[in-house]
Amino acid sequence: MSENTSRPVKTYHSLWVKISHWVGTLGFLLLVFSGVEIIMVHPRLYWGNAGNDLMPALFEFPISRNYHHGGWAPAQAIFDQPNSPISAGRTYDIFNQNGWGRSLHFLAAWIMVFSGVYYLVIAIFSGHIKNNLIPRLKELTFETFVKEIKEHLKSSIAYLKGPQYGLLQKLSYLMVIFILLPTIALTGLTMSPAITASYPFLLTIFFGAQSARTIHFFAAVLLVLFLLIHIWMIVKSGFKKQLLAMTIKK
Amino acid sequence: MEKKNIITRRTALITGVSAMGSLLLGGCSKPTPPTYGHLLRMGDIFTYEAQRSLLNVRALSKEYSRADISSFPATGSINPSDASLPGFSKDYELLHRNNFAHWKLSIEGLVARPASYSMDDLQKFKSRTQITRHTCEEGWSAIGEWTGVPLGVVLDHAGIMPKARFVTFYSYDDYNQSFDMIDAFHPQTILAYGMNGKNLPIQHGAPIRVRMETQIGGQSIKYLKRIVVTENFVDTNKNGDNGWAWYMGI
Repeated sequence: MSENTSRPVKTYHSLWVKISHWVGTLGFLLLVFSGVEIIMVHPRLYWGNAGNDLMPALFEFPISRNYHHGGWAPAQAIFDQPNSPISAGRTYDIFNQNGWGRSLHFLAAWIMVFSGVYYLVIAIFSGHIKNNLIPRLKELTFETFVKEIKEHLKSSIAYLKGPQYGLLQKLSYLMVIFILLPTIALTGLTMSPAITASYPFLLTIFFGAQSARTIHFFAAVLLVLFLLIHIWMIVKSGFKKQLLAMTIKK
Repeated sequence: MEKKNIITRRTALITGVSAMGSLLLGGCSKPTPPTYGHLLRMGDIFTYEAQRSLLNVRALSKEYSRADISSFPATGSINPSDASLPGFSKDYELLHRNNFAHWKLSIEGLVARPASYSMDDLQKFKSRTQITRHTCEEGWSAIGEWTGVPLGVVLDHAGIMPKARFVTFYSYDDYNQSFDMIDAFHPQTILAYGMNGKNLPIQHGAPIRVRMETQIGGQSIKYLKRIVVTENFVDTNKNGDNGWAWYMGI
């Protein structure tokens, strides 16, 4: 209670939070849309540096007609030795919309980068991260965890005014901002042959270009999961009030 | 020990702002390939300028060991001498019948000594062998060993003129592709006649294909026929408005 009376309570988000939130939302949705298109062109994931239709996959998604399309010319061994890698020609035109898919993905990534940098610079220097997102020591207790998880499972949760976030909320925002988004950005860059020529350490820290692609995919899945829970919590805590606070409310 | 913290907030901000400025200036100081007023093409050019400004353009792509050589799919056109397959070429079929004995590579445009180079001529230059990762825009990758002559060596031999800004490649399977001078003269950009210790197989682009290791695999054009050096971008409407970005370093 003392915190609530010592500081005036804001019932809306700052303008810079609103701008970066919605510009980032636009970028994120475009990335998911184009990302789904890109994975459909080659719906197989691998580990390491090399991975293709002639090699076993780690995961294979039964989506798009590129999944198990067949259509390969007889394979030839590359070396005259047992278990040699092989080469084979693909005799089948695959479904491929990567031309626009890739260009849209990178354009959307720039939108994310600009809104992300804009958010981070202000969030760090204004103290938003320190004051509103990093949990207080006294918050970090087992009891708070249990209490908040119970509250989140109820049909409606309390509407927290302004940026006075709950513990689970703070931790999930921090995870998105400082773990998932940097991971997905860096693994994305690791798939670029020009960038890894200049920064080969990226291939080392993500165990290779194909591993980076696999990590990129799972980070995207976690971010979409975050988005769904985020929307669910907005609905449970008062959709209209929350939407106004992130848009026109001053 | 206090001097350790050399990146202050101020220098970080100034560096960031000036880096952004140089990106924008870079976009104005020299003409770039047309965008057709297309938002995605504008994004592609922005990415191209950003990579040119922020990366070490002479950095070598990672080279692997022989043990890393992997299975290697051949995609796109896989035999231009087969009339039943896409990419068929009567000229190529005739060359193939003679085991490419009459094959010659024509180098034209802004060079002091335009000429046709036979395979013997090209193999007289000092060769370069590199084991690199082919990154397909579809999402897969494969590692192979390539032997050939650096394109820059051949262009210098033909006497490249100072006005030259683009190098355009034409292939027998009716495909074309261009690089700026930076990528044309990258040390790993080679005219490859060998793959994995043997002559380049038909399905991988015999008798000679381009290997360009800091761009996506599709830029390494197969079945090479002709190289034209120009000052202006050669707009064949094949790479500009058909959905594929001109530059694919990412």
